[in-house]
Amino acid sequence: MAQDTTKDLHTDYLDIMIGPSHPATHGTIQMHALLDGETIVDIDVEPGYLHRGFEKECEDHRWNQIVPYTDRLNYVSPIINNVGYVMAVEKLCGLEITPRCQYLRVILSEMCRVTDHLTCLAAVVMELGAFSAFLYFVKARELYYELIESVTGARVTYSWTRVGGLRWDVPDDFREGLRQAIPETRRIVDEIHRLFDKNRIFIDRTAGVGVISKEDAISYGITGPFLRSTGVAYDVRKAHPYLVYNELEFEIPTGENGDNYDRWVVRMAELEQSLRIIEQALAKLPDGPVNVADPRFTLPAKESVYSSIEGTINHFKLIYEGIQVPRGEAYAYVEGANGELGFYVVSDGGTKPVKCRCRPPCFPTVAAMGEILKGYMLADIIPTFGSVNMIGGEMDR
Amino acid sequence: MSVEILDKLKERFPEAIEETHQLCGDETARVARSAWLEAVKFLRDEMGMNMFIDLTAVDYLGRESGLPRFEVVLHLRNNETNQRIRLKARVPESSCSIASLCSLYKGADWFERECHEMYGIKFAGHPDLRPLLLYPEFQGYPLRKDYPIAKTQPRIPLLAPEHKPSRRAMDETEPDELSCEEIKKAN
Repeated sequence: MAQDTTKDLHTDYLDIMIGPSHPATHGTIQMHALLDGETIVDIDVEPGYLHRGFEKECEDHRWNQIVPYTDRLNYVSPIINNVGYVMAVEKLCGLEITPRCQYLRVILSEMCRVTDHLTCLAAVVMELGAFSAFLYFVKARELYYELIESVTGARVTYSWTRVGGLRWDVPDDFREGLRQAIPETRRIVDEIHRLFDKNRIFIDRTAGVGVISKEDAISYGITGPFLRSTGVAYDVRKAHPYLVYNELEFEIPTGENGDNYDRWVVRMAELEQSLRIIEQALAKLPDGPVNVADPRFTLPAKESVYSSIEGTINHFKLIYEGIQVPRGEAYAYVEGANGELGFYVVSDGGTKPVKCRCRPPCFPTVAAMGEILKGYMLADIIPTFGSVNMIGGEMDR
Repeated sequence: MSVEILDKLKERFPEAIEETHQLCGDETARVARSAWLEAVKFLRDEMGMNMFIDLTAVDYLGRESGLPRFEVVLHLRNNETNQRIRLKARVPESSCSIASLCSLYKGADWFERECHEMYGIKFAGHPDLRPLLLYPEFQGYPLRKDYPIAKTQPRIPLLAPEHKPSRRAMDETEPDELSCEEIKKAN
């Protein structure tokens, strides 16, 4: 009666390729997995499909011409990249930017952090099957896309900063727009909280999955929400305050278990902290110029270019030769949406960098993914990869 | 703040530390290539530099004659005190290699793989120096200054359908010798 049904079962490991363009993941990456049934025995992560020679291109361009390339690193929060890059150059030049510029950089960076977190969380829940929640997130994100479009004229690739200042000040109705957008975001985020925080399916798929220990995360160099989910309260904005973050009140949400659910909780909590920062910075926003009054860095006013020889020459020199950065090296870092985003620049005193290195925040996290995923099920790749929030543009550069 | 670290580093490696500076507030030490691993181990174990931040290289092609061509640049951070340090080592083109830090930091693995494919610097002791962002057939080292920016690569033939990409050697036993039960138990 009892027949041995396992006798003819195929017991070899299954070697499969997931990606580089798989419908259940976002981002172009290949995972070479070795499966025992549905359990992952080993997984080899292979990035590089979006490599386009960012550093090589930088060495062939003038300092301000690099700003558009930094947009394409993390295209979900480009202004944080813009700010990080120009901060490295300004550090090397010893340039002090104006108070209004500092506040505006903080406000727009936090708006980008909100869009980045919303996008990441939207992708996580969509890949777990909750498509309607994805639309909620995107509805909130749209509020910020429209506001940033009103400032920079672009929806995705903003190229908003310049060494020593900004391309544009914000328009007159920007403040009013933000005043309406913030409560609306809170309302949407609250709805999403109610959809997921006690959702059995969601918790089953994420809690206890993709766990990493504190020590491993630090040794890998993981930063950002991924590190904070393990309970390490490292945030560049608090640990090494830059711009005006030391004048603003906010908290660093942390998790305990270092799993996918905690990363969800941390990101959701950070949304609220970013909104708090925006509100405070908006209330304190000083008047004044956004660019330094230094003809070596800032373009002259158009009236001066067309009516005086000094203005014409100044304009010509800055456009034709570009700014000159003193010889030396500097590493500047900001809190990107995924963690510490650093730029290491080396100058020989000329108008182009000798080296412009981007330290991408998701790079160490993706590097750790192979180890994190071992022993979990095939289906666990999806929420884990989602919470890693790999951005192909900055991963592969 | 971390000037103290530079002093301790100099005290511990009086011979090997070639230069220190704090340009723009970044504490930097340049160490002899032979003491690279030891100096990093000292920073990790005794100075608490437990967080791996970044590793890259710079190509100084055509600088003053006699100086080695490459410089490997490492950034580390102490997660308790928030101190940071940049450690550099010069690597000549003729013997283009330096000790790998994989035994000290898990994060070193991919950063060194990237540095190797971009600059051709070998990391002695690295378990797996396959290309990371580039493909195996890529010719040359693209971030070297003598690699022309507009250079194109030859087309590579299509892979046969039965081709299997190489995989890193697994740490444990060969897959075939491990039963399903053992794997599940190990997990």
